[in-house]
Amino acid sequence: MLQAVADIVRLDGAEKHFGAVRALNGVDFHVGAGECVGLVGHNGAGKSTLMHMVAGTLRPDGGQIAVRGNAEAGYSVARALQLGIRCVFQELSLCPNLSVAENTRINHSALTGFGWQRKAANLIRAKLDEIFPDHGISADDIAGDLSIGRRQMVEVARAFTLTSEPLHLVILDEPTSSLDAHTAGQLLAFVRRFVAAGGSCILISHVLGEVLQNADRIVVMRDGKVVAADAASAFDRDKLVAAMGGAEGHRKAATEARRAEAGALRVKARPARQQDGKELVARAGEIIGLAGLAGHGQTDLLLAIFSAASRAKTGIEVTAPVALVAGDRQADGIFAQWSIAQNIGIRSLSRLRNGLLISPQREAELAETWKTKIGIRTPDMNNNIYSLSGGNQQKALFARALGSDAEIVLMDDPMRGVDIGTKLEVYDLVREEAAKGRTFLWYTTETEELDNCDHVYVFKNGRIVANLRRDELTEEKIIQSSFGDAA
Amino acid sequence: MLRSLLPALSLALVLMAIAWLNPRAISYFGFNLMLNLAIPIALATIAQMFVIAGNELDLSIGTFVGFVGCVTATWLRDAPLLGIVVLLGSIGVYALLGALIHLRNLPSIVVTLGMSFVWQGLAILVLPKPGGKAPDWLLAIMSFKPPYIPFPILAALIIAAVVHFGLMRTSYGVILRGSGGNAAALRRAGWSLLRAKIALFALTGLFGVLSGMALIGITTSADANIGNGYTLLSIAGVILGGGEFVGGRVSPIGAVLGALTLALAASPLLTFMHIPPDWQVAANGAILIIVLAARVLISRRER
Repeated sequence: MLQAVADIVRLDGAEKHFGAVRALNGVDFHVGAGECVGLVGHNGAGKSTLMHMVAGTLRPDGGQIAVRGNAEAGYSVARALQLGIRCVFQELSLCPNLSVAENTRINHSALTGFGWQRKAANLIRAKLDEIFPDHGISADDIAGDLSIGRRQMVEVARAFTLTSEPLHLVILDEPTSSLDAHTAGQLLAFVRRFVAAGGSCILISHVLGEVLQNADRIVVMRDGKVVAADAASAFDRDKLVAAMGGAEGHRKAATEARRAEAGALRVKARPARQQDGKELVARAGEIIGLAGLAGHGQTDLLLAIFSAASRAKTGIEVTAPVALVAGDRQADGIFAQWSIAQNIGIRSLSRLRNGLLISPQREAELAETWKTKIGIRTPDMNNNIYSLSGGNQQKALFARALGSDAEIVLMDDPMRGVDIGTKLEVYDLVREEAAKGRTFLWYTTETEELDNCDHVYVFKNGRIVANLRRDELTEEKIIQSSFGDAA
Repeated sequence: MLRSLLPALSLALVLMAIAWLNPRAISYFGFNLMLNLAIPIALATIAQMFVIAGNELDLSIGTFVGFVGCVTATWLRDAPLLGIVVLLGSIGVYALLGALIHLRNLPSIVVTLGMSFVWQGLAILVLPKPGGKAPDWLLAIMSFKPPYIPFPILAALIIAAVVHFGLMRTSYGVILRGSGGNAAALRRAGWSLLRAKIALFALTGLFGVLSGMALIGITTSADANIGNGYTLLSIAGVILGGGEFVGGRVSPIGAVLGALTLALAASPLLTFMHIPPDWQVAANGAILIIVLAARVLISRRER
């Protein structure tokens, strides 16, 4: 068989410029039939731009795109869908006002006529059952009412539903960023089955282990170019990180023993549904992890602590000012119309005030301090927040919390979809700030991040089911407690 | 759950207040009288709901209803063909406005505010002095007296059912609402946002025309200013009915209930409460604020 025919999609010398920025600089890329290609690189390396081209949402400024060996001149989303190429985008793209079934309808022009609602509901329900057996999502649920993890499950399942259009290649851009380890495992197992049955897949993930274990071939991008491409077996974690560049290579998160000294009590909280006497206790200088499957009450407890700081609440004691780093960055974190500096300053308005008005000078000083301290990559802090890449937007939200007077920082899985270089920088900063006496409560869906914590509380069904010290912390233990009937 | 019942709840509350103040009003004849103007208000509210479903706002619906009224009371009676062409043409103008707003990325508030003066001016050109007469067939329809159920209630049921089916149950209705929920997602799925916007604005024009005709069928003659109050009434009706200004969250049934509530609270309730006409507009506003505040409180608690 000819190589050109076995390819689902092939790009030759693809180029894309956004103003002066070269997002893609002559990229050759191809995906074969029955192949899972892993795509890795830092934020801003050009992965998303490349995928937008394959999906037809962006036109290349130069180069050629061919599908199944035929050059495509007027390539578009509609053409990509006709050819069986679909994409699950990184930013969630469900309509929050529509039900799960109605969101499925949007992707299928064939779902129409009498009884379309039943057909759409059956279609998405069957696919959800197939990928995530215990998903707990109803086809009538309104998408906006679902947790971010469940929205991502719906979106992934929707991409694999079949009606009149064929399905050959699915692009998954950070598909597990909001999923816990259990559901992420279910998804990746499904991807393997899909590929084994002859489908093709492009997997983009910042969790390198996922890519190493599930991809057949790995393509590494840096600065708008492909810098390495080889069979997955030829790579290991260190090689990948080295190829991606930056981040000073592999560094196991702070194993240097931090002295566990009992600081002043900062937070004492019992989840609303807790029946036994277990409660969360956080002292000055501690980093406390909140683990367990996604959506089992971790976020609720963080929000309860946040509101208890301003209004007394039974069962929760908070003794210092609180700041929250939101996980759903677009919905809960960013003021879209504002500059980076304004987004950072909003938590510290009382300190930035000069008389009755906000002093632009103090706001700029605060922003500049954190620009250098946390390394926000921008020529001007007065630019709109959306001029930043996703990882840098998240840094700005960290700067908002750390730049404030808050002694307690709540983190609601803030690292989803952030590249490893940015993550390591933020981990260092968190440990540094904790050493100065700040308290961190950190909910995360990535087990690796828990290595940074002094204590980890595991949640199940809105309750704390285990309290693990750093030295007894292992992935098995967490999974065991999240599924076990310890409660 | 409580939140979706709120439109029905507020209507029931207003009805109970009326029944308590004046039990005789709750009768076939009483409803015919009290809900006299509810049909055109409900139609105008539905018109407004379509643009709100696409995250836009129509500030010209009131003067548009007035313009349609003037055309109905003159040309539609004297030269039916011309009247029909003008009314269909005005729906076409609405469709073009939708295209303009989408293609040039203009704020709909600005465009429709400008258009409100255009419609007002045209209405005065058509009918410089109050007068004219509704076509006889229209008068006949609007004075129809079905057995048992008062006509305004029957009409409200039909309007709510038809629009609910069209917008909430058909497969293209999903696309129309989705364009207000997440436009980028629709574009990525290969749908034309231009078409969706044109469809929403044309539907607004269509229901604006129906509202103006129904109004003239009741009042029998027209005046260029007859519909001016409908702009804010229609917006209030949509919001009262559980709709939201952004995000494509609207409810046709709720919008009709909201319109009925407003129509009842507007004058019958206040008259029964012996509030002098001078204060009725302010009292109406107070009722609106109370209901909307209740809605915010309930949705906050449900979260």
